[in-house]
Amino acid sequence: MSDLIRLSAADLAAKLASGEVSSVEATKAHLDRIAAVDGAVHAFLHVNAQALETAADVDRRRAAGEALGPLAGVPIAVKDVLVTEGMPSTSGSRILEGWIPPYDATPVRKVREAGMVPLGKTNMDEFAMGSSTEHSAYGPTHNPWDLDRIPGGSGGGSAAAVAAFEAPLALGSDTGGSIRQPAHVTGTVGTKPTYGGVSRYGSIALASSLDQVGPVSRTVLDAALLHDVIAGHDPHDQTSIPDAWPSMAEAVRRADVSGLRIGVVKELDSDGFQAGVRQRFHESLELLAANGAEIVEVSAPNFEYAIAAYYLILPAEASSNLAKFDSVRFGLRVVPEGGGTVEEVMAATREAGFGPEVKRRIILGTYALSAGYYDAYYGSAQKVRTLVQQDFDAAFAKVDVLATPTAPTTAFKLGEKLHDPLSMYLNDVATIPANLAGVPGISVPAGLAPEDGLPVGIQFLAPAREDARLYNVGGALEALLVDRWGGPLLAQAPDLSTHELMATEEGVV
Amino acid sequence: MSEISAEQVAHLANLARIALTEEEIEHLTTELGQIMQAVEKVSEVATPDVVPTSHPIPLHNPLREDVPADVLSVEEALSGAPEHDGTRFVVSAILGEEQ
Repeated sequence: MSDLIRLSAADLAAKLASGEVSSVEATKAHLDRIAAVDGAVHAFLHVNAQALETAADVDRRRAAGEALGPLAGVPIAVKDVLVTEGMPSTSGSRILEGWIPPYDATPVRKVREAGMVPLGKTNMDEFAMGSSTEHSAYGPTHNPWDLDRIPGGSGGGSAAAVAAFEAPLALGSDTGGSIRQPAHVTGTVGTKPTYGGVSRYGSIALASSLDQVGPVSRTVLDAALLHDVIAGHDPHDQTSIPDAWPSMAEAVRRADVSGLRIGVVKELDSDGFQAGVRQRFHESLELLAANGAEIVEVSAPNFEYAIAAYYLILPAEASSNLAKFDSVRFGLRVVPEGGGTVEEVMAATREAGFGPEVKRRIILGTYALSAGYYDAYYGSAQKVRTLVQQDFDAAFAKVDVLATPTAPTTAFKLGEKLHDPLSMYLNDVATIPANLAGVPGISVPAGLAPEDGLPVGIQFLAPAREDARLYNVGGALEALLVDRWGGPLLAQAPDLSTHELMATEEGVV
Repeated sequence: MSEISAEQVAHLANLARIALTEEEIEHLTTELGQIMQAVEKVSEVATPDVVPTSHPIPLHNPLREDVPADVLSVEEALSGAPEHDGTRFVVSAILGEEQ
């Protein structure tokens, strides 16, 4: 395996800046890696044919003495929920198969302007509805730690791509945990910024009041560097926060937890979490305490209602957002036998183009918004949202950040929860409250669960606009753990050898 | 409240413009009943004194000057359409024969 693909984005960027490595070499190494392992991992839905050309252009600009950003020339994978000019954008759905958008999503535009090289589009649950990527219309992504297991979702493709060294960085989106839960099960890092911190323009909307685009990486510093590239006000997004942001990378470089008050949410530190997940969570807290942090127990009594509220608000907003897939302006058109009216064509198209989970949530959302039920369901869910925010406010009056395990279990087997929607929804118990309240969250590797040897993440949450606190505590913990482990957690991941790839192709694995 | 009938699901599918099959309606009727029963939990704490929140971060609605901005050209807007005539999207008949 080429050493170039094992480098962090920060280290690769330093070699690019010094001229030791060209962007073409770095990009080629990652494209070769994708060609070698993506048959088994299936992190990518599309590989960018222009990647080497873009890399060569950055190399030319650097040679000409142009001032380039800190991540210029570094390759990046893009979740397929983000529209990309010149690259297909499906959001994991059959209804958008082959669609090539005429514009770039703002985070994609910023990544390109920073001189980064898009490698391609990553797999996801259809329209980001799921926790396993099994709801992708194009087949699931496999967890690089164990190809029989889920890579998390909905952004399993982005997390698996960085975990399998197919890309040093990726863009994700998080509506209820779709960046953080995949990070947890793949031993990687993922941040959901403050709602409005990163533009949603060009992110194919799932639930507009919950969606947030963010960075996916192998190290906390890399996530921070990417966060710095994509954050900032965008007039194209009505919910974009106009404030200026401090440098997240600086927060990592200065990481220091002495005197930091960390609140442990007692409702999310229970028997409902796998033993090894809790063990690594508590070891991480002890390590932080030994380095000067103060660990405080806090209560968030309304968090237990968060999932119920989420599964009313999300389907309601999604049923409205997905009305745009009407067979008129983009995507699939299916004409019923013998023709039909525009409404019949619409209904036939949506029947053929949407998968079972999308249909389930559209029907659920349509029901929750129906006359006569609106107050009882959607109205009540919005009240729970207030209560969850009040829990956060009360907790942040006492502590600087909150800590929880990122998800209840390590990666489960592909197929294990596919036909049990309610059990699948419970994966998001620890991640959903942040989306309801708009506060930022990060998941950082905390170790491997002793009982199954699979990665476990720890989640930190901060008040809205205080994303830098996540990078401070995440960066500090990462440094302490890497020191204890004698290297990054991903160094312990199995090598995706040629033998395994052949077995996969033959259908054995 | 969570008693959902197959007729209701068929009606919802019609509102949502999805031509569900009989089999899908049957499945969804059962699943929807189970899911609604689980999410009804919100009513335990959603008392009249709690103010609903529709948006996580309080913001003003920003408005810009009503002048032409950087928008898609007609060609770009039509580029992904299943059918167009060069200037407009083309759809099938709006009304059926009996309408």
